[in-house]
Amino acid sequence: MDFQPTEDQKALREGIRSFVEGQVPNERFPDFERSKGFDRALWGELAEMGVFALRLPEEQGGIGLGYSDAVLVFEELGRRLVPGPIAWSHLAAGLIDGVATGQTVVGGLDHWAGNPDPILVEHFESLDVLLVLRPGGVYRIDPDSLDATEIDVPLDPLTPIHQITSLPQGQKIGDSQAAARLRLEGGAIIAALQLGVAEGALELANEYAKQRQQFGRSIGSFQAVKHMLAEMFVKQEAARSSAYNAGATLDAPEVADVQRAVSAAKLTAGEGAIRNARTGIQVHGGMGFTWEVMAHYYLKRAWVLENVFGTQEEHAERLADILEALD
Amino acid sequence: MDLRYTAEEKEFRNELAAWLAAQAPAHGPPPSVHDWEARRAYDTGWQKKLFEAGYAGINWPKEYGGRDASLIEQLIYFEEIARANAPYVGVNFVGLLHGGPTIMAEGTDQQKAAHIPRIISGDEVWCQGFSEPVAGSDLAGLQTRAERDGDHYVVNGHKIWTSFAHVADYCELLVRTDPDVPKHAGISWLIMPMDLEGIDIHPLSTLEGESEFSEVFLENVRIPVENLIGDENDGWRVTNVTLRFERGTALASDMIQLQAFLRNMIKTAKKITSNGSTAWDDKALRREIGHLAGELEALWAMVKLSVCEAKESGVPGVGASAVKLYYTDIYQRTTELAVRLLGRAGLSRSDVGELPSHLFINRHFNAISVAIAAGSTQIQKNIIGERILGQAKEPKPVSN
Repeated sequence: MDFQPTEDQKALREGIRSFVEGQVPNERFPDFERSKGFDRALWGELAEMGVFALRLPEEQGGIGLGYSDAVLVFEELGRRLVPGPIAWSHLAAGLIDGVATGQTVVGGLDHWAGNPDPILVEHFESLDVLLVLRPGGVYRIDPDSLDATEIDVPLDPLTPIHQITSLPQGQKIGDSQAAARLRLEGGAIIAALQLGVAEGALELANEYAKQRQQFGRSIGSFQAVKHMLAEMFVKQEAARSSAYNAGATLDAPEVADVQRAVSAAKLTAGEGAIRNARTGIQVHGGMGFTWEVMAHYYLKRAWVLENVFGTQEEHAERLADILEALD
Repeated sequence: MDLRYTAEEKEFRNELAAWLAAQAPAHGPPPSVHDWEARRAYDTGWQKKLFEAGYAGINWPKEYGGRDASLIEQLIYFEEIARANAPYVGVNFVGLLHGGPTIMAEGTDQQKAAHIPRIISGDEVWCQGFSEPVAGSDLAGLQTRAERDGDHYVVNGHKIWTSFAHVADYCELLVRTDPDVPKHAGISWLIMPMDLEGIDIHPLSTLEGESEFSEVFLENVRIPVENLIGDENDGWRVTNVTLRFERGTALASDMIQLQAFLRNMIKTAKKITSNGSTAWDDKALRREIGHLAGELEALWAMVKLSVCEAKESGVPGVGASAVKLYYTDIYQRTTELAVRLLGRAGLSRSDVGELPSHLFINRHFNAISVAIAAGSTQIQKNIIGERILGQAKEPKPVSN
């Protein structure tokens, strides 16, 4: 066993990190807001970086990497709050033609527990295909066939939301097992994004606490502030460990229970993202409550991700069932 | 990021599991916590069995009689002893995790020969004489004084929180050998035989009603100069070698047992009924327990990751502070939930009916001590804030 990222994996992460730091800088966020979180040029670049083709086998034109690699990539995308339906498009790479190359943009809905009311879809206007996961299987729907109303003010300014009043069955393109599998994969990928959010929020707050001076010294030198940052670090490391564990368990399912690893990851990374985003705002004080400082974007994205592929409550119940079944 | 075990690692696990399955039940149940002589015999007897089977000193080098297991094998070791509900180090804690490793790293050949083989075989029990009433988190502020008199140090002072003092053969003692230099520069590390004249041990009753700890009063105790570990006044550096070991794997076994504890909580919840339904039918309780189970899974992944990252150095890094903080938080919330689950049955510290009041309340109390011992939660947060996140230290007071 060697749970650390390999040298290749570290290089992959570094490559993605420097790409997103260059292409998704803070200065571009006002532009992203105007374009409602979707930028065709950036999408093409993400495809070129292999974000969507990452796990697709080489014979299908993909890169042939594993879930651990995907987790490291999505950690970096989450850290920079990269907008767009990146997780669903990554998940759909083997299911829908043209996704891997960035020509087709895929979004999705997880309706495993039945149709919710209201039905809200992220990034609706940029989608070429909408996938729906149900206990019966994976279904494909043409977004143009839907009657959708845009929500005036979405929670996350980079995640536009449309409401759909009636959702047809759609074309079945995968069986029940495939749907269950996609939910597991999706949980791990979203957990990786949440880990990135938890990290990004800490990074921002930690730098601010070094620079901001009050009472003649940096606010981070006060234990009251320093200890908040330390608590954020613990949340970040818990999210990292569990998200990596989910990826590595999907790669080696013979070692442990995949559902347990994914649920633990989605739960702890979800908590890490929300808590760190919130604490990050507190560390910034009044400036943290402004639109200008980046801190609020982390909180808003954290809540979007919390409601994809199972909330903390749903995964907690599942983990309780798993624990109960051990005896 | 490969979670698969190698053939050697699997073989190590299988052999150990088979040995434990036979030996752990045969060693019998632990004696009363109040019977210290029996506890010493139980813990050192188990240590001897481990030694004879080649499992003692799991992380110790082979030249000192240890197993020299890889860090991954050490994790497997902790998983298996927890699974087998086998005894952990008990009274051998200080010798195996502090004293022994320090002597290995800093002792002379004679010091090693005198103590290492006896510690690993369970023949020698050690206690720790570090903390003082005036020196807790600020350990370097210790005042126990050692003055040279020919080939002896004459020691006077007052130690506290000394675990296992009344059954120990030796004490790892920190003393001030130079009071006229900055506090970190005047400390020395001595081996103190516990049968010397002038050592007065007073058991200190904890809120658990047990006397795990003692106060140790030292009056003109004459310790041979040859018992100095490292150089005179270099004891602070020597001490930090020891503390790093303590913050490494000491809690691993307890972490794994916490999952069994959660399962015990589920079983208990099924026994508690009111108005025709059980406590386990309560969705809120199921969610809380499931949430803790998820965090425990993340904690063990964190241990695995930090151990694998420490492979090169062989010593757990400052990331061990995050592991301890996370564990402490989960442990405290878990055991508090357990006491809430007991309800009025928790008014008794003995089992009532079929409810495990004794275990649940003892664990709840123990969880409180974990946030204080071996670097309090607040000290760990300073370590993370300053050494990992790079925040400035609090300014030093103008005068001391």
